[in-house]
Amino acid sequence: MSDRYSRAGFLRRAAAGGSVLTVPGLLAACGGGGKAVTTTAAAVAKTLPKTIVFSNWPLYIDVNKAKQHPSINQFEAKYHTNIRYIEDINDNDTFFGKIEGPLSQGQSIGRDLIVLTDYSGLPGRMVQLGWLEKIDKSAVPNIANLQPAQRHPAWDPNREYSLPWQSGMTGIGYDPKKVGHEITSIDELLTSPKLKGKVTFLTEFADSIGLVMLANGDNPSKVTKASFERALKRLQKAVDSGQIRQFTGNDYAPLLAKGDIWACAAWSGDMVQLQADHPGLKWVLPKAGGIIWTDNMLIPKGGNAYAASVVMNWFYRPQIAAEVEDYVNYICPVVGADKALEKNDPAVAKNTLIFPTNEMLANAHQFDITAVNNQKYKQAFQHLIGA
Amino acid sequence: MGRFLHRRGWLTPYALLTPGMGWLLVFFVVPMYYLGKMSLEQGFFPLFSFGWAWSNFSDAVSAYQTQFVRSLQYAGIATAIALAISYPLAYWIAFRGGRWKNLFLLLVIAPFFVTYLIRTLAWETILSDNGLVVTFLHNIHILGSNGRLLATSAAVIAGITYNFLPFMVLPLYVSLEQVDPRLIEASSDLYANRAVSFLRITLPLSLPGVFAGVLLTFIPAMGDFINAQLLGTPRQYMIGNVIQSQFLSLRNYPTAAALSFVVMGGILVLVLIFARALGTDRLTAGAAA
Repeated sequence: MSDRYSRAGFLRRAAAGGSVLTVPGLLAACGGGGKAVTTTAAAVAKTLPKTIVFSNWPLYIDVNKAKQHPSINQFEAKYHTNIRYIEDINDNDTFFGKIEGPLSQGQSIGRDLIVLTDYSGLPGRMVQLGWLEKIDKSAVPNIANLQPAQRHPAWDPNREYSLPWQSGMTGIGYDPKKVGHEITSIDELLTSPKLKGKVTFLTEFADSIGLVMLANGDNPSKVTKASFERALKRLQKAVDSGQIRQFTGNDYAPLLAKGDIWACAAWSGDMVQLQADHPGLKWVLPKAGGIIWTDNMLIPKGGNAYAASVVMNWFYRPQIAAEVEDYVNYICPVVGADKALEKNDPAVAKNTLIFPTNEMLANAHQFDITAVNNQKYKQAFQHLIGA
Repeated sequence: MGRFLHRRGWLTPYALLTPGMGWLLVFFVVPMYYLGKMSLEQGFFPLFSFGWAWSNFSDAVSAYQTQFVRSLQYAGIATAIALAISYPLAYWIAFRGGRWKNLFLLLVIAPFFVTYLIRTLAWETILSDNGLVVTFLHNIHILGSNGRLLATSAAVIAGITYNFLPFMVLPLYVSLEQVDPRLIEASSDLYANRAVSFLRITLPLSLPGVFAGVLLTFIPAMGDFINAQLLGTPRQYMIGNVIQSQFLSLRNYPTAAALSFVVMGGILVLVLIFARALGTDRLTAGAAA
């Protein structure tokens, strides 16, 4: 894209006045912002900018010994462009807090791609608020490799705004040596006297409420007032009695490794990484079921939709997805990545926490997004976790 | 220019005040205005509208009374412990430190070279259930076999005390350092024993330091949330945790802003009462002399 049609330039001019909207090239540069995009204008827009900005979570991509990301290096070499890869998303809510100011004012946040979790309710919210650019599907033929189960989430039924980056399951992490036997149910975490004060749950609303709902025999994909209150009450009881020691983010990992806690609600991918240093630790999907969530690549308003779509397409090549997967160890949304991995790293390809069996997937439930965005529920949950 | 300033000498102090006042205006008055406005807004994220919603304040106070009271307790206890630890320490450095004074002061602030968060995480390791401290306390039967330190009120208060200790030591040291040793000499000439000398001479003269130290410790301790989050459980969460979650998790900006104002107002009232009780006029006069 020439400098004249750069995104920053567009935004400047757009701010200057509405007259620019008559220039078709600029219209296309804003990434499908108008209907009257002529073919020539579209062709102008479909060259890549010098730099593509990609914000993601830490430790969420392949890294080589030189601390570079081979999957990104290969992209840059092939497309003669740069990706500025920033690991500045640590928490859905906090990151959203940072970007909502500019987005609500109609300003660009200087990023072409960001990654947020579906069950935080935020990707769905951003779709509703019109804060996302549509994916340029013509640039993403590899979308055909998307796992069938992931194709029609309720909040973005045709994947017009989002593509999964990784998924993960929420279940039980525990130390069999301390506990002395196998744990298969959340009930045990909530009531076993032996585990009193040695249990943590997650600050993420959908994880904690969802797991307890499943233990109660309720359906977390369709939250009702009654089922929510049952789960909340049960958690409250365990907090009041001192059974639950804390609500944590990723920080349950060192606590479990040090033996401060013996069992906890835990994310599958974290446990794979933790097991590398602490092979004794175990992760299980509770018999009553666990929660599955997906981190989604999104194009915030003002981002370059075409460039972002090309990057998405790249990471949906099975070979590239396999390279990322070999390092990341969460659940890969790309069909065929396991085949590609079998040659290089069969242990990872066979790990059911990374490529779960169909039986596991059938018992991993998506959490009801409308419940997450219900202010009353969220308020009650925050009150439960102490604030 | 020089002659201009000389002729208009009355302008100079104002010119010198400009950077400071400008800073206060941009980074204090303006944000305060917006925070105040936000505290009176209503509606749901992201569509808040201004509406003199005073109920934000009453609702916030009644919903989070527990955390308010807890914050007062924790900050109060931590300040008292910090004072008890710091006074002898500052006294010793001021009167017995000799030529090592500066080194000792450096040691007091040395932990500040490490980030606040890291220092608190270090406490998480120190107080760990399988750590040295807990094992030792188990062995000498101070803690029961199921007892723990981490994730208790004691751990949170200890963390706050530790993190804000230098704020107490430094002002105490400054005021004790200024005590003229000849006054103590004179009091012993007048047959005062050491306890009486301390109570009648040293302690009153060091009160400005106590006042400053208590404020510098209590105010940040009252608003702290890191210690409660890392070293406590939900039953130890303070008002800072509530404000953080209202802002970032619930995105209920009006309630968060209202809570912030209640905390600020509460602290202001407490400080005024405290100043009244100690008699600040006398104190500042003492400090000036």
